[in-house]
Amino acid sequence: MQLALFILFGALALGGALSLLFQRHPIHSALSLVVVMMSLAVLYWSLGAEFLAAAQVIVYSGAIMVLFIFVIMLLNAGKEERTRGSRAAYAVGFPGAAAIFCLLCFVFLSERGALMTSNIGGDLSNGLDNIAQVSAMLFTKQLLPFEVTSVLILVAILGAVVLARKEQ
Amino acid sequence: MVPTAYYLILAAMLFSIGIAAFLIKRNVITIFISIELMLNAVNLTFVAFAHMWHQVSGQIFVFFVMVVAAAEAAVGLAIILSIFRTRQTLNVDEIDLMKS
Repeated sequence: MQLALFILFGALALGGALSLLFQRHPIHSALSLVVVMMSLAVLYWSLGAEFLAAAQVIVYSGAIMVLFIFVIMLLNAGKEERTRGSRAAYAVGFPGAAAIFCLLCFVFLSERGALMTSNIGGDLSNGLDNIAQVSAMLFTKQLLPFEVTSVLILVAILGAVVLARKEQ
Repeated sequence: MVPTAYYLILAAMLFSIGIAAFLIKRNVITIFISIELMLNAVNLTFVAFAHMWHQVSGQIFVFFVMVVAAAEAAVGLAIILSIFRTRQTLNVDEIDLMKS
């Protein structure tokens, strides 16, 4: 069951990512990213992170991507023209990306004995459900970082307003 | 029963695709979108490891990454708006004020 879920939604995420890579129009790339995020939400759920699955759908594909799509439509961004990009990006970037991928795969596959298998559902520990665990951690041990992030969000809102304001 | 390594390899694939998209895309919004893809790939490794170690800390990390990504998206898109307002273009090849 979990293997089927993983294969189905992993393939969907991978397909969305490849579609993001090969689409020329920004709005198509943004919608492909929504597909990736939704399938990642299902994978989070299958890994026992129900709160994060909900937050992924609400925050990422609900709020952040809507912001992206607003800006794309506001700026009327058309198909990107094919230009000769920087030569260094092609010469160093692709072998570099492939090398990072091969290195990571090598490490993960050679250590797969130490990395265990995962069972479906929220079995992190002793019967507490996921949201209870996350909130207990956030509001006790991590209370200060949690409050600081609210200041961060406030500063980001102010910065966005100042940056996007029309110059007088 | 899925080996944790499979989740990690999926995350590595998504991250590499994000790097490639970051390098070949010429539209500044699409470059920003590929950064979000890389953040998502890293979040998947955090959740997979949190599940493997039966610890909730990895999920807390992902929560904070989401908060920072939201702040980053708001500020970044405001910067893109003001770039477009002054330069009338979204092509990164033409936004080269800081290139000597």
